[in-house]
Amino acid sequence: MMQNICLALAVFLLLNVAAGLVRIMRGPTPADRMLSAQLFGTTGVGVLLLLAEAMRTPALRDVALVLALLAVLAVAAFVKRGWPDEAGGR
Amino acid sequence: MVNLYLVFDLLLALTLMWVGWRTLTSPDLFRGVVLFIAFGVLMTLAWVRLEAPDVAMAEAAIGAGLTGALLLDALADLRARRSHQDIEVSRLAAVSVITLALAGVLSWVMLTLPAQHASMHAPVTQPPNASGITNPVTLVLLVYRAYDTLLEMAVLLLAVIGARALHDEAPVGRAAPQYDLLAPAARVLLPAILLVAAYLLWAGATRPGGAFQAGAVLGAAGVLLRLAGLLPSPATYRRWMQMGLVSGFMVFLLVGVLVIFAGLPWLGYPATHTKALILLVETGLTLSIGMSLLSLFMSVPEQRSPSTHARASAS
Amino acid sequence: MNALEWIAAILLIAGALFFFAGTVGMLRFPDAFSRLHALTKVDNLGLGLLVLGLALQSGSLAIALKLLLIWVLAIVAAATGAYLVANGASRRP
Repeated sequence: MMQNICLALAVFLLLNVAAGLVRIMRGPTPADRMLSAQLFGTTGVGVLLLLAEAMRTPALRDVALVLALLAVLAVAAFVKRGWPDEAGGR
Repeated sequence: MVNLYLVFDLLLALTLMWVGWRTLTSPDLFRGVVLFIAFGVLMTLAWVRLEAPDVAMAEAAIGAGLTGALLLDALADLRARRSHQDIEVSRLAAVSVITLALAGVLSWVMLTLPAQHASMHAPVTQPPNASGITNPVTLVLLVYRAYDTLLEMAVLLLAVIGARALHDEAPVGRAAPQYDLLAPAARVLLPAILLVAAYLLWAGATRPGGAFQAGAVLGAAGVLLRLAGLLPSPATYRRWMQMGLVSGFMVFLLVGVLVIFAGLPWLGYPATHTKALILLVETGLTLSIGMSLLSLFMSVPEQRSPSTHARASAS
Repeated sequence: MNALEWIAAILLIAGALFFFAGTVGMLRFPDAFSRLHALTKVDNLGLGLLVLGLALQSGSLAIALKLLLIWVLAIVAAATGAYLVANGASRRP
């Protein structure tokens, strides 16, 4: 029963991810797109933790750990170097 | 009750395909890169559903984190240089011919492989266990197909040499004038990252993990430090970098050769010290992979693009 | 399902609702700063409730501590990221 709940919530979170794609597509500023990517990372961690419970695979928590740690890398690179000057890059 | 796994997998597969399509066809390169990062996160979930947690771990570290950072850097560099050459048709034709020829040769090789093949199932699921290693991925990589892994390290080393030859290492710039949260945050996160890398290295023997995942996390730590401006000047770490880059291949090679003097076949492990030797080799691999990934990132200059500088100084 | 599992299930569902609220905020709020605000709620409360529910469910102290560690690291990373993005966005028109 608990496994089914976790799995159902994982599907729900995945739907959230799909909805979040809209913000990446629309923008309008680069900040908007990047913060969506950040949301992807956090939701991904959530899905992984739920799947760890549903699929009874403890190793997935380690995967979630790695994802949680390295999510900041893309944002850091964006802020330090990759920030486009205009709203639509070439 | 609907099979929820099917719903999950279908949703994931459709989203993956859509994101992949949009990434490739996006006219706005920055949007494409951000979509690629999202693609990396989704791929991690796909690997998990394919019951490959080792690959999922590597994908999370490299695909969602490092490659995203690398692409953002490359994009900034591209924008700064504003070099834009259209591909010549003759070049495109030549590359297409070579690629098709290679694909043809590989397909022919695949189709003419002998029908019988040794199954790895038995050795992997009931290992001889002198090593105490039960993770099948680590077993295959470091015990049964160790030669392949050795050659892969050589290829990685060549790739890094090639990348460095194309692009000199950029000097470390001055720290930003305003208060920068990244440096303190990096200082806080660094011990955690190093601990996770060490944990993955150690845990690779019995659960998903191992040298490649640990190396990817280590490389990410280095990139984070570089972005935060916390790395020392290039002169200091050049020696460390060189040592780290070759250590994986060299340690592996040494272990493989030295066992010959103990009367064992090339790259065969002695029954007594198997776990220690494998851990030694894996540590070298972790260092090498981490340094390789970091050095790929080092080639991009630290300073911002000139257009941003001009705008900042004009305002 | 005993009482503990019920509590855990409620926590999980609450966490998922926060994720939903964050996504809605990200899609509907007018500008980047308010969207960032919604985003950080997801990271803090959404993931936190999720972790709490899973920790209750896990039945092992080691797993619960690992989950807690994941949550703390995620918060540190997300808070840093949100600040950096907001700071950068405020300095650019």
